[in-house]
Amino acid sequence: MCDQTFVAATFGPCESCGKASPLMNIYIKTEAINYCSFCVEMMACKGLQEGETVASLKKESESLKKKLDEERGKLSDIELNQVAEKVEVLGPLCIKTRRVLKGHGNKVLCMDWCKDKRRLVSSSQDGKVIVWDAFTLNKEHAVSLPCTWVLTCAYAPSGCAVACGGLDNKCSVFPLSLDKNENLSAKKKSVAMHTNYVSGCTFTSSDMQLLTSSGDGTCALWDVESGQLLQSFHGHTADVLSLDLAPSETGNTFVSGGCDKKANVWDMRSGQNVQSFETHESDINCVNLNYYCQLNPFVSGLCCCMFTGAPQCRFYDLRADREVAIYQKDSIIFGASTVDFSLSGRLLFAGYNDYTINLWDTLKGTRVSVLFGHENRVSRVRVSPDGTALCSASWDNTLRVMSWSTMSNILFYTQRKGCCILRLFSL
Amino acid sequence: CELIYVGDCGSAGRPSMRGSPFQFRLEAIVVEMQDSKSGVKCSEQKLNISTIPHVITGVDVLTWITNKMKTTPEEVQAFGTMLVAYGYIYPLQNHKKLVMCNNTSLYRFQTPYFWPTQNWVAEDSDYAIYLAKRNIRKKGMLEPYEQTHYSHLHDWMNHKWDFIVMQATEQYKAGKERKKPDRVVFDCQERAYWIVNRPPVSNMFYQQAIMRSKVKSSVSLGALAKYVTTYKNHDPFLAPCLPSNPWQTDNDTYWTCNTRRVDVPTKMRVERWSFSLFELLSDLRGRDDFKTFLKKEFSGENLAFWEAAEELKWGTGSSMTSKAETIFKTFLAPGAPRWINIDGRTMGLTVKGLEHPHRYVLEAAQTHVFLLMKKDTFFRYLKSPVYKDIQKKAINPDPHNFSPAQLEQNAQSRSLGIHPIILWQQEEEEKAKAAAASAPVDVKAMMSKIDRNK
Repeated sequence: MCDQTFVAATFGPCESCGKASPLMNIYIKTEAINYCSFCVEMMACKGLQEGETVASLKKESESLKKKLDEERGKLSDIELNQVAEKVEVLGPLCIKTRRVLKGHGNKVLCMDWCKDKRRLVSSSQDGKVIVWDAFTLNKEHAVSLPCTWVLTCAYAPSGCAVACGGLDNKCSVFPLSLDKNENLSAKKKSVAMHTNYVSGCTFTSSDMQLLTSSGDGTCALWDVESGQLLQSFHGHTADVLSLDLAPSETGNTFVSGGCDKKANVWDMRSGQNVQSFETHESDINCVNLNYYCQLNPFVSGLCCCMFTGAPQCRFYDLRADREVAIYQKDSIIFGASTVDFSLSGRLLFAGYNDYTINLWDTLKGTRVSVLFGHENRVSRVRVSPDGTALCSASWDNTLRVMSWSTMSNILFYTQRKGCCILRLFSL
Repeated sequence: CELIYVGDCGSAGRPSMRGSPFQFRLEAIVVEMQDSKSGVKCSEQKLNISTIPHVITGVDVLTWITNKMKTTPEEVQAFGTMLVAYGYIYPLQNHKKLVMCNNTSLYRFQTPYFWPTQNWVAEDSDYAIYLAKRNIRKKGMLEPYEQTHYSHLHDWMNHKWDFIVMQATEQYKAGKERKKPDRVVFDCQERAYWIVNRPPVSNMFYQQAIMRSKVKSSVSLGALAKYVTTYKNHDPFLAPCLPSNPWQTDNDTYWTCNTRRVDVPTKMRVERWSFSLFELLSDLRGRDDFKTFLKKEFSGENLAFWEAAEELKWGTGSSMTSKAETIFKTFLAPGAPRWINIDGRTMGLTVKGLEHPHRYVLEAAQTHVFLLMKKDTFFRYLKSPVYKDIQKKAINPDPHNFSPAQLEQNAQSRSLGIHPIILWQQEEEEKAKAAAASAPVDVKAMMSKIDRNK
């Protein structure tokens, strides 16, 4: 079994500093060593050694890159479009806006769904964080943060708290309450502390841990109750702009994308950078993990879609360790900044700087449709937890909730063990 | 030089295109549009009292784009508006509204000098100014590779170093004039630009990447296609929800018949449990059904251990030691009441790790138990009477067929549902009850109680 997520993390004294901590297994010129994540980072940042120059290192880097491409190439025995030939084509998709959430006074920078599938939290450039019941359009809570540009927000899995952060270099957690008039700022808990802006945050499987990404080039895992740093993730050589955590059998990996044109996959336990994907385009604005698993019980895998500030969206298969598709069209000139998958992974929603959302068929690589409506850049798209709706946040100060529209007077059939049900919809 | 630093921080909603490679294609198109023979038709126009040369109309621009790109009218309109929004074309009449109108509205091409992006090669002198500016601000806090570049540039640009320092100081002062949040955002954009154009070198991770195990594309892409196909009918964007999608009909029955503790689940939900053990365990209602099966088989300890390990992993730092102790006493100690049957090596590693408990100390044991359940117990569950029973009982709600009047009514009376905080409180109560009910009987305490009563 070659799935690295099932490799047990070793714990013990670091071979460099001696402290007992989760260990990373690193190879230096084919020799294996066991260092803690901090010592690994120190080693990576060491200046030029004797006999090394920037030029020689660059040459070595080029040859290693070539070797990596060769290794990856050896296992590419099929392309995604070949696999997709056997899959049926998607019919026309009509998606309608169901709700427009108005209330922010400035650009909406981020949003996140609650696990109850109807509530969401959004944050904006004016420093406000609003909790909405999107189904009824009720604004349930509004918090004003002392700093503007709240770049990220997240809803806790229990639905009882929200986290947000941005230019204040911190990420704070606010417990929510049933009392609308309660001042949530009073109970604010400062959890994450970075040395630069916080670009992304997400809770793990519980309310007790928070994962953040920052402009200081690192990601970090925090214990919410104590504010303690549990693990830091070093490896990006520039600002980390986004991160995504996908639920999976072992729940140990997450992916981050940064200004160094890399998307890195991390093992949360040891802080190890287990995989890395590079593009030659500009910085990576948004990374998204979609989990898939085979029906046969032996292996599970993760697919990751990366975004660059450029108009291409790239799809990477983490198990095959390569790029498998690029979603692009000549008429799309403007960069994409946010992406999310539908529940089955067949559809990819991508929000662009030309105010539109494009829908891609991930398997066939074709564009299914374009969604218009926003009057400024789309900053975030997220599919709801049960896949029933898509929410998009935009610099036009609004959020829109959209869902699939079963079209009017069209005969519809569902396959349930060969039985056909004909339905007429009046929508 | 200063023009390049015009970001979108201050100006109202004007997007920025710093360092983007697609600018070349965009600019190529704009240049094509200005070609005297094959470009957009232009003429002299009288506006107010003055005559303005090289004026184009909106409808001509959009026609040209349609012929060039051969795409839908909506896309053409969107692209045209983008040209105005980004400043390549500016409107002569309505300055404030930056859109391309499909009529005789007048526009002009912006001179390249004022284009938001320029074909600007990242010059060494500009890089030197940037590093010097960082040095002023952060007092020698450059990264090692930046330090190397800086020293190198200082050596061979020594003759114009005064000019470089002067430029850096000027830019630094100008930067201070901006508002703090805008300045921070702009600094980040600038730094990102230089990271792209003067990247650092790090070889260690390539070594690891080469050694890492990989899977054949046919295996992994085949698995992806299979997953997508399996979940197709469960994807609300590809197949209709039963009875209806709440966002479409404003009726939340779909949510109320799929709650956590519903008595009779829907057929779709039960089908999804069969996709993988992970799906079954992720849906707490499914997990309950699995527990019912395990109880009948008297093998509930594996799942109980797995759940306890999850709680340890995702719990608070302070609760770790006590949780680890309880888990050891309940599942791992010799003669423990719910002893789990794992191989000797894993047991040894785990027990040793428990001497200094950390949140991943049970990883190896938990993985072992999970794989055991995945490869064996899960399939037996799917063939069991418990599962077949729930499959039969499961309901398939009839699809809604609302009239327009009914839909209006639904929209007026959208249900509030139950607040997640209340749900969570209820769940905590249920968990506490279940824990008390399934706690292993402390035989010694029972016996001493009986002794005392005698």
